[in-house]
Amino acid sequence: MNLNLTLIGQLIAFTIFVIFCMKYVWPPISGALVERQKKIAEGLDAADKAARDLESAKSQIEDELKQARTQVTELLEQANKRSSQIVEEAQDKARAEAEKIMASAQAQIAQDAAQARESLRADVAKLAVVGAERVLGATVDQAAHKKLLAELAAEL
Amino acid sequence: MALQNPTPSEYIQHHLTNLTYGYHPENGWSFAHGAQEASEMGFMAIHIDTMAWSIGLGILFCWLFRVGAKAAHAGVPTGVLNFVELMVEFVDKSVKETFHGKSSLIAPLALTICCWIFLMNLMDLVPVDLVSYLFMVAGVEYMKIVPTTDVNATLGMSIGVFLLIIFYSIKIKGVGGFAGELTLQPFGKWMIPFNLLLEGVGLIAKPISLALRLFGNLYAGELIFILIALLPFYLQWFLSVPWAIFHILVIVLQAFIFMMLTIVYLSMAHEHH
Repeated sequence: MNLNLTLIGQLIAFTIFVIFCMKYVWPPISGALVERQKKIAEGLDAADKAARDLESAKSQIEDELKQARTQVTELLEQANKRSSQIVEEAQDKARAEAEKIMASAQAQIAQDAAQARESLRADVAKLAVVGAERVLGATVDQAAHKKLLAELAAEL
Repeated sequence: MALQNPTPSEYIQHHLTNLTYGYHPENGWSFAHGAQEASEMGFMAIHIDTMAWSIGLGILFCWLFRVGAKAAHAGVPTGVLNFVELMVEFVDKSVKETFHGKSSLIAPLALTICCWIFLMNLMDLVPVDLVSYLFMVAGVEYMKIVPTTDVNATLGMSIGVFLLIIFYSIKIKGVGGFAGELTLQPFGKWMIPFNLLLEGVGLIAKPISLALRLFGNLYAGELIFILIALLPFYLQWFLSVPWAIFHILVIVLQAFIFMMLTIVYLSMAHEHH
């Protein structure tokens, strides 16, 4: 093999290519790679954070649900208590009312009965007088027998 | 001009001769007709084919990677950028594993070496007769398309690396430090000439071995392709296909070795012993 000027030519070409690569090829590509690395790292961080947020939100939801559930139970209990109370009160009231009505009705009945008896008594006295008049054929002197008539009415 | 029914040795000789333009003692500046004239030209000659193919491939490399560099962005990479980034990351990883200093030169240098040598080696897989025959039809007598089978090409690159080794040795350690490294070890100051001999040989061996390793591998590979091409046509594929497949490994490996050794040598130049 002959060593000749090709050697120098190759050396120069090599130098030029290396300088070109150093100036115009390597920096943009390696810069882009570094930047992408950063971007990916940021993306992964964000994803991690989102996952953590989701986790905490989930636990928060769990807590709130639990709270709501206990609240609901409490409310239900209260409502139940209240309703039974209301029912009881209503029952009491109704019972009292009924008793009152019964009492007044009984009083009314008693009064009516007494009245009826009274008027019957009067009618009986009248009838007795009319009967006696028919039997005796004479007019019974109302005034003279008033006392008798009253006694009769009282006996009825 | 073109050889009519060449003997095997003429055929081989023809395929191993570069297209040489130089100063001939008798003919002046002219193209060499044959290996004899080319060697008579001595140093004042240039291998046009080696230069043209290597520069062409170098420009191909620069263009391809420049396209990638222009398209470089931090988003999702596509097309050429994917390939370019793959190469850049591979080279960057190799450099970072071996070289621990900070240098804006070594990584692009390694990338250029790796890709350029790979492309030049790749020409070895082009059938040996194809391009040289086309050029012969066009009137060009010799055409060797694999620049790395020319020792000038590999030595040119390794001398570039050698100059960088010396530059960084002096830059990092100073002239005194570098001289001390060459003369004061391994045997201390009473053995300076002997030390200088040992270390000098070690230093000179770096570019020589770098150049000859690449040249030797590719030259031998090319020679075997040429020998296979001498066989009858019905036997050629039987040998050239396996050899070509094996050679795919060799061309990548040699490009990688040249790059790795360059990184290693330069990182040694950066270290104090």
